[in-house]
Amino acid sequence: MSKDYKAPMGEGVYEVNTGDWRMQFPEMDKMLCTECGICFMYCPVNSIKAGKHDSGREGKAATVYSIDLSYCKGCGICAYECPRNAIAMQREKKK
Amino acid sequence: MSIDTAVKTSRIDVLNGNMAAAWAARLSRPQVVAAYPITPQTPVVEYLTQFFADGVLDCQMSEVDSEHPAMSMLTGASLTGVRCYTATSSQGLALMYEPYFRASTLRLPIVMNIVNREMISPQTVWGGPQDSLTLRDAGWLQIYVEDNQEILDATIQAFKIGEHQDVLLPINICYDGFYLSHMAERVEIPAQETVDRFLPPYSSDHILLDPDRPAAVDPLTSGYLLMEYRQKHMEAQQAAKKVIMEVNSEYKDLFGRDWGGLVDTYRMDGAEYAVVTMGSVTGTVREIIDHKRSQGIQIGLIKVRTLRPFPVEEIREVMKGLKGFGVIDRNVSFGWNTGIIYQELRSALFGTSADLPSVPFIGGLGGEDITLDLVNQAADRIVEVADAGKRIEQAVWLTRERGV
Repeated sequence: MSKDYKAPMGEGVYEVNTGDWRMQFPEMDKMLCTECGICFMYCPVNSIKAGKHDSGREGKAATVYSIDLSYCKGCGICAYECPRNAIAMQREKKK
Repeated sequence: MSIDTAVKTSRIDVLNGNMAAAWAARLSRPQVVAAYPITPQTPVVEYLTQFFADGVLDCQMSEVDSEHPAMSMLTGASLTGVRCYTATSSQGLALMYEPYFRASTLRLPIVMNIVNREMISPQTVWGGPQDSLTLRDAGWLQIYVEDNQEILDATIQAFKIGEHQDVLLPINICYDGFYLSHMAERVEIPAQETVDRFLPPYSSDHILLDPDRPAAVDPLTSGYLLMEYRQKHMEAQQAAKKVIMEVNSEYKDLFGRDWGGLVDTYRMDGAEYAVVTMGSVTGTVREIIDHKRSQGIQIGLIKVRTLRPFPVEEIREVMKGLKGFGVIDRNVSFGWNTGIIYQELRSALFGTSADLPSVPFIGGLGGEDITLDLVNQAADRIVEVADAGKRIEQAVWLTRERGV
């Protein structure tokens, strides 16, 4: 395949990161979080990642949740839905 | 004549313009044809369908719902790397506007004959290139031809021009409705073998829908990349000038006919004045040039063949040493008070030594006749204006009641 791109077509060149235009981002306070998974269920772009049990948190839930900011649009749904107010939205720094 | 003989030898026939276009398409071996009938293009579709039914045209023939799906289907087909052909006129072209633009900006070398017909209203089906001239900035190459032989030759050449690696653009061969589309004249139909030698099969890799090589094809694209494509598209238009000349010359060597490439001239040696034309009216003007020359008036003819890319340098060159010129436009540019070709000419000449006295004529709209007498009067006006060294700023209408 020719690589001089006369026409709109290509591999890789069109990857769009939806996190690029985020105005605010969520921050999770693990001291408050009970790993209930509600944020994971509500996130519309799959930016809450479910991880395996962390040995350092014995006695707590079998799954732990974290935030992957690469595709997060900063919509704030996770913060709104969190029953423990463990997620707070922070203003994005200017790029 | 049997099919076998037609393959090996050329032959002379009497063809109307639509049949000449259909023959050109058939000889060029398109793999997909999708067209919707509209006056005056309808017979092109009928002839091609007949060729297909007779088994002499081996392609995918699609009877589409309208012109919009015709061009959309060819867009998809061309994206798979096959040769595509269609034809349309006026309102059909207007309906096709959306995929028309897309075909050029996707750089798909589709060939489409436009059988020029005036745009409504008032209701009209007769000739006039207002339809395709209005789309001159939509990125296609556009060539306008004078007679039926030129329709056939230019349409075969169109595939080679559009598919050239330096070009990769769709191309219109435009001819006047009824004056050419429905009038018959002597046409030489080349042998299939010779056309095959001239025109190799099309293959594409600049944009391709291929399941074995998945890639993003025409995705949402931001401005900075879009601008890069536009820049390359404009460069391809400019590159097409050289390719059109080369293809013209190669065609001449193989088939013996030279159409001049970008611009054709007639009796411009030692000319002081010129009439500029496009399309079928050129034939009438040739007669008047002979007449005026026999009276000792040094006047010649400049026939613009390619509107896009516009032959700026060639026009400047051929205009050198003239006293003045006039343009016979068979169309209007609303809000500019002249025809479109006149505008293009003036832009090309602005600020050069050939920025000459000139007259913008408008005539022959909606199939109205441009008679020998009208052209004769127009020529007189050109001489008068050129000798006085002035420029006429608004359209001079060629009308049957008032003359020029």
